[in-house]
Order: sequence, then C-alpha cells, then structure tokens
Amino acid sequence: MTADRAIRVEGLVKRYGTMTAVDGVTFDVRRGELFGLIGPDGAGKTTLFRLLTTLLVPDAGRAEVDGFDIVRDARAIRARVGYMPGRFSLYQDLSVEENLSFFAALFGVGERDNYDLIAPIYRQLEPFRTRRAGKLSGGMKQKLALCCALIHRPSVLFLDEPTTGVDPVSRGEFWEMLARLRGEGISILAATPYMDEARRCDRVALCDSGRLLAVETPEGVVASFDGELYALSGRERYALLAAARAEAGVVACYPFGAEHHLTVDERFDPAHFRQHLAEAGFHDVELRRAEPGIEDVFMKRMHHE
Amino acid sequence: MNEHEAVISVRELTKRFGTFTAVDGISFEVRRGEIFGFLGANGAGKTTAMRMLCGLSYPTSGSGRVAGYDIVTQSECIKRRIGYMSQRFSLYDDLTVLENIRLFGGIYGLAPGAILRRAVELLGRLGFRREARTRVGALPLGWKQKLAFAVATLHRPEVVFLDEPTGGVDPVTRRQFWELIYEAAAGGTTIFVTTHYMDEAEYCSRVSIMVDGRIRALGTPAELKRRFAVGTVDELFRLLARGATRSE
Repeated sequence: MTADRAIRVEGLVKRYGTMTAVDGVTFDVRRGELFGLIGPDGAGKTTLFRLLTTLLVPDAGRAEVDGFDIVRDARAIRARVGYMPGRFSLYQDLSVEENLSFFAALFGVGERDNYDLIAPIYRQLEPFRTRRAGKLSGGMKQKLALCCALIHRPSVLFLDEPTTGVDPVSRGEFWEMLARLRGEGISILAATPYMDEARRCDRVALCDSGRLLAVETPEGVVASFDGELYALSGRERYALLAAARAEAGVVACYPFGAEHHLTVDERFDPAHFRQHLAEAGFHDVELRRAEPGIEDVFMKRMHHE
Repeated sequence: MNEHEAVISVRELTKRFGTFTAVDGISFEVRRGEIFGFLGANGAGKTTAMRMLCGLSYPTSGSGRVAGYDIVTQSECIKRRIGYMSQRFSLYDDLTVLENIRLFGGIYGLAPGAILRRAVELLGRLGFRREARTRVGALPLGWKQKLAFAVATLHRPEVVFLDEPTGGVDPVTRRQFWELIYEAAAGGTTIFVTTHYMDEAEYCSRVSIMVDGRIRALGTPAELKRRFAVGTVDELFRLLARGATRSE
C-alpha cells in the first residue's frame, strides 16, 4: 500500500454478537489531512476508532495506519498514534504533570523532547500543573488529554468527540490547535456531533448504522443537498412547528436556530402554505428560501434512513 | 397560580470558595412555563449557581426562592419540588426501564401505588410498554433521553433543571429532545436549561449569559440580538465570553 495515506480502510467489519457495529467500511485519510466523522450515536464511530488504534480486532476487511497493518503490526501502530477517547481516561488521582510524565514514560520519550508541539496548549495548563486531573474543569481536562495524546509526537491522531461539554469559544480554540497540528504534518481523524466543526475539516464522512454514507469535502456535502430548503419564522414557535408539518408538500420541519427549516417536495406551494397558516391564526409568519448547510444535509439523510 | 408568577427568583446570589468568587451577586427571575437558557463559558459559574438553586449548596450571601421555598432555609422542600437531569448522569444503565422509574419514584417520595400508576401511564405515553423490562443501557440514546426526561418529571415538579441535556448528541436526536422540552413548557412546567449549543439558546423564551460569575446579558434572544447589534446568540456569546478574565 502506498505511503501517502495516513489511514487506509478496506471493507472493515466488526460484529458484537448479532449486531454489526462496523459494516464494511472503506475510506482513506491522506497525510496531513484533518478528516471528520459525523453521525448519530450508535453509528459505529467509536468502534471504528478502537479498531484503528488496535484495541479491537476486526471480523473482516483490513486497515493500515501509517503504513502498518492493524492486526499484524499492532505494536508498531500503538507507538505511532495518539488517541483521545470520548470518555476522559487520564488518571484522575495523578496531577497534571504526573499524567504527562506517565504518558511520556509509557512511550519512552522525555517530557521535553516534543515540548514544542504541546507548548501552546500546555502553557494554559501550567498554572494548574500540581492539581489532580480529576479536579480540572471540562475544558482543561480536554487540553490535558490532548497533551498526553501528543507527547510522543504521533503521526496520526485519533480524537473521539474531543469537544463534548466544551463551550463555543473553547471549542473554537481547540480546532485552531488542530489546524496547527495539521500544519506540523500530523494527520487527524476526529468524530464530532457539532456540524460547525465538520465545516473545519478537509473532508468529512457521514456515517450511520455502521456504514459510511458519503465521503466529501464540507462544500461537497452541502452541494449534495437536493431539493429546496425554506426558513420559517413566527412568534408561536412550537405551535408553528406542528402546523407546518401538517401542510401539503412539507417533508420535514425542524427547529434551526431562531427559525424553522423546511424541506419540501413538488407538492409544496409557498402561497398556499402562507395562506393556510394565516387561516389557522399564524399572522406574523415569514417564509423565505434558505441556503442549506451541513446540518441540513445531515437532517435530511438521517430522516430518510 | 398565574403564569406571570416567578417560579425562580434570586437576589444578589453570591458564592465564594476561599478568596475565589464563583458566583458574584446574580439576580434574576424565571416565570412559570418559561424555557430559561442559562448560558456561560466553562468556569463562568453556571454549575455553582445551579447547585444553589437545587438546594445542593448554600449561598455565601444573597437570597433566592425556588418553587415557593427559600433556598437557604427550605432546601429539602426544594429537592422534592424540582426535577433534575444531566447528560452525564440521569438513569442507571444496569437497571431496567421499570426499575429506574420505581427507584426514582421512591426517591421523590411517591407512594408505591402512585409510582405504579405513573409508570403505566408514562410507559404508554412514551410507547415503551414492551421495553419495561429492558435494561436502560441497551436502549438507543434518543430513547434513553426521553425516558430520563420523563423520570425527571415523574413527580410533576414545577421546575426542571436540565444541565447540558444534549451534550455530545447528534442533530436529529437533540431536536427530538427539544420537542419534549417545548411540550413540557406548553403544559406549564418551567424549564431551566444549560447548553453549549447556541442554536438551542435561540429556542429559549429568555436567556442569560454569565461571564466571570456575573450575568452580563439577560433577555429574550430577539431583544439581546437587537441590544448588542449581533445576528445570532452565538455571536453574542463569543462577544461576551471573549471578554472573560478568569480561566477555568
């Protein structure tokens, strides 16, 4: 297999009893790429991470990480990847600096060997370096976990929902850090439930029920939205949602920020729609055509599944 | 009780830990049937404030009433009159659906007969009859959340506190959850909710944004956007939270 791929996956399958968690997945991640996985809970994202980091053995198919086979060369892969699982998995009773030296020792590197890589993140943690990891706030835990995952300068970084429970400003900073790591030549596979984060990836894969529905650039995902999208607003938001759903031609209506988004089929007639709502007592309703985003594509695909 | 009545009201509520002021003299009211979005960056003081409102921690100074009871002198009464749910912990995965309902019914002090009646009604309403004996851990996330919300409102509390109920949840499931919130609020239950999803903040009747222990903005999403001349609550949040001086 070629060395220009950080991750290469072919027909990967993992079953738990009668349940197929990963169902014939094929994709690849280029070197230096920031690749996003988006999909609902239970789509198989975490199982995929565990397969690629050699914590699970597949039932069928194959995969390579940094040119090494995930079954045959598990040890070589472990030395080359950084993994931040979804659940906080550092040692709660060790301090910030103890966690860092522990992970450095595990990987046989000095804490200072790759300090340049983690410095911009670790600097924010330094005032708390003697604090026990279990006593850190959510955002700080996540920064420490990233430092520990980077201490051996991995070539591929696996991040399973790294920003859950993190506020929008800190999430933005976290993704700026990822962009910088990519600049250092580190390839990144990240799962996220936040559609605004998917937009910051080079490519994203939409996954559901153990399969990948599409692998695209964020722009490509948006362009794949077929049909028309409308934005609807009015004062009685909750009642409006139910009323809009009952109208002819409305395929789906869901809250979207300050408005509702409406996907429609050919039976939809904006003039009739407005008139019907007005007859039902909604007099302040505004309806306009809207540009779809990644989240709309996600809503539509999951709706049809 | 009328709908303009305050279900939560706090005045100059303050909590200090040693020299650190986690919550710094916040005042606000939440009216019956409102969906009140309690926003703020990690470390702004939201959790500390919420713990005081739920009767889990005493204020250093200031006062407050929740569901008609004083948060300092009647915190035990408050615990029985409110519901609470968080993404991190709400139900026991190793217990069945029915066992969870019975356990929480007992904790909320409902009589065994009342628990059974509410359980039957709730399982019917959620369409969960066939899953009554299923372990909660085996349910899909969307179902688990529905059940957790139903359990948090089992004792028909006047106000429900939801601490990041949709953290880490995909866009479809998160919207399903918000429909439960809308429905409960339309039925007169007051909702006090924290979230890091700013699109969800737009769904609230009113929001407050906390920065460094203080409330920096309070109003309906539309009012606040006008007042601060921004297009979305997300922009407003960034504007205010970037001015934070204290780290987490």
